[in-house]
This record gives sequence, C-alpha cells and structure tokens, in this order.
Amino acid sequence: MARDGGVSCLRSSEMMRVGIGGMESPPLDLDEVHVLAVDDSLVDRIVIERLLRITSCKVTAVDSGWRALEFLGLDNEKASAELDRLKVDLIITDYCMPGMTGYELLKKIKESSSFRQVPVVIMSSENVLTRIDRCLEEGAEDFLLKPVKLADVKRLRSYLTGDVKLSNANKRKLPEDSVPVNTSFPPPPSPFTISPDSSDSSPPLTISPELSDSSPPLSPLEISSSPLSSPIDDEDDDDVLTSSPESSPARRQKMRSPLD
Amino acid sequence: MDAHVAQLQMQYRNYILSLYQQGFLDDQFTELKSLQDDGSPDFVAEVLSLFFDDCVKLVGNMARALDQTGTVDFSQVGANVHQLKGSSSSVGAKRVKGLCINFKELCEAKNYEGCVRCLQQVDIEYKTLKAKLQDMFNLEKQIVQAGGIVPQVDIN
Repeated sequence: MARDGGVSCLRSSEMMRVGIGGMESPPLDLDEVHVLAVDDSLVDRIVIERLLRITSCKVTAVDSGWRALEFLGLDNEKASAELDRLKVDLIITDYCMPGMTGYELLKKIKESSSFRQVPVVIMSSENVLTRIDRCLEEGAEDFLLKPVKLADVKRLRSYLTGDVKLSNANKRKLPEDSVPVNTSFPPPPSPFTISPDSSDSSPPLTISPELSDSSPPLSPLEISSSPLSSPIDDEDDDDVLTSSPESSPARRQKMRSPLD
Repeated sequence: MDAHVAQLQMQYRNYILSLYQQGFLDDQFTELKSLQDDGSPDFVAEVLSLFFDDCVKLVGNMARALDQTGTVDFSQVGANVHQLKGSSSSVGAKRVKGLCINFKELCEAKNYEGCVRCLQQVDIEYKTLKAKLQDMFNLEKQIVQAGGIVPQVDIN
C-alpha cells in the first residue's frame, strides 16, 4: 500500500466512524467530509453514493429536495440546537427532480443562514448553458454533467480539501480563484485540469482505494493533518461564483473579476 | 495454468469486448466496473439490478400512458422517458439510452405511432441487455468456480 497521506487518511477515516448527529466538535480528520446527495433516481443515488464513499466521504442520500430540507432542518422555522452538530460539507443535487428542482433547492439553501456557506453542486444530464449559468448565478459551486464519473467527484473532493488548507483565504473558493494570501500554498493554475477520463488513465476496471487521492496532482496539502475547519465558518457571502476547472463543455467558466 | 480457466477467461474477454463493440455498453459501464472492488464485489450487479427494475417500472408507465383511449399525455410519457434516459446513461446502457433520445423527440412531436414503436424497441432492448449481462455474470461465476479470477478487460 502506498505510504502517502492519502492512504493514512483513508485508514483513519475508516476508524473514525462518527455518526452524523453525534459530532460535538469539528472533526480532526481531513477525510471527515459529509456530503448530502439529492437525486430522485435510485440508480443515480447508488452510483453517487459509491463515488463519494470511494473518495472517503460520508454520504447521506435523499430522494427529493423536500427531504433534503428536512434533513437540514430547513423545512420549518425552528432553529434546532441539533443543527450545530449537523455538519454538511457539500450538497450535491440533481437538477431535474419532480416537486422541487435542484435549482429551487439551491435557492433555499442559499437563503438559509445556517447552510448558505455550504458549497452546492448541481448535476444534470443536460448540457444547457442557460441552466448552468442560472445555477452558478444563484451560487452553485459547480455543475456536473451526468453521468457523473469518479474524476468529477475527485475534483469536488479536492477543492473541499483545498479550501481547508487556505486558512487565511476564502474557504469557498476554488484554489485557482483564491487570492494567494499568506499561505505557502500556491494557487494551482492548472493541476486541477482534469478531463473527464484522464484521472485514471486506462484500464480502470478495478480501483484500489489508494487511488482515491493519487490522481489529481494535488499539492502537499493532502499530506498534512491539521484540523478541518468547516467551510461554514466562512463569513464571506459575496463570493458567489467560482469557476470550475475546464474539462468538458458542461463546465461553464464564470470568469468574474477576482476579489482582491 | 488450468486450461479450462484460461478458456473461460478468454471467452469472457471476448464477450465483454463484443458487448462494447456492438454498442450495448459504453464507457460509463467501464466506470461502474472500476468502482467495484473486493470490498464491494457486487456493486455492478446491484446497480444493474436496480436499473432493470427501473426499466420494468418506467416501460409499464409509458405503456399505460400510451394506452389511453382519447388523448395521450405525451408529457407524462416524456417524463418517464427522461428518467429512463437518465438511468440508462448512468449505467452505460448505450443502446437503451440512444433509444430514449429518439423517444424523447417523438414525445415532443406528439408522434403517437412513433412512440408506440419506440416503446416496443425499448422493451426489447432492455430485455436483450439484461440477458447479455446475465450471461456475463454467469461467465464470471464459472471462472471463479473453476478457481480462476475474473480478468480485467481493457476495452481500449
């Protein structure tokens, strides 16, 4: 087994099976990333769950926007004390869902004080630029074209981890958008260029868990083990758009003037 | 090396390759296989099983929607096609997905006969795929039972 930080993080995250509502303090492990996945398709839920688990995320998968809001405690007005312990690091949702679309869910999340800082990623089977733009405008962190692949999820994972290490900079930005404040971590220009199939070169029929951290050429940030501070801590609400690393045509880059 | 195992493995390899070559499967299927490991050895089978359940359900819905004496609710048919397109795409069921794309257009055009024909094709196609994949899984089982390991097949 490889001796890099990726594997040892994987190991310790397997050892630290912390329940969702049971965490009293911020997790100490880089890999304690909790993702809420929302999709009305059971097949897609199973697949996204697997993709996320392979990248060392804890996953809660629900089948509708309403259930997502319910899970987040946003379906009623009560400000529950439980919410302090509910740590959600990323919400990934399908766009086309009956009842409440992913876009509507996105809006509700961004309207909430407790969860507006949580990055929301939209998935869609349709590469409609107006749709992508609308979601990015509303504050979505990224837009994934279905069918979602491991490379896509790894990329999401990598910018979550990247945010953690930029302790002085805006945590919600993608590394290439972030201002190189006083960190030794240089904003990687294009190491995050991952074309959909490049991460695992060719015969990808079996994947060993070690690979989960080895593909995108991440900087040393993966190896250290400082505490993960939740993206929720971040106070910067104005950072709406982040550009997603290029790759497929679906990744529409929203090039706003960098905040500096 | 056991000749029997080797022969089964060869058969398996050829079979998989043919499924790709004949357009039954695409790279999303490869992706799913890559997500399977010793810790989750039945992942692909599980997902496919859910997919085929979906097919039964959605085809049933579409058949009922198209069976209206009177006005057919094409948007209802279309909604089911959309779902089937989504799940077929997610598992790499290339032919089924392709049919769904056509089907969607037929719904939008409110082409009744076209929809009925397309639905029949979808029905045949998913059942064909199901049988093919069952054969594939059976081959895997045979290989393992003969003491061999299921080879990784490089489809590139």
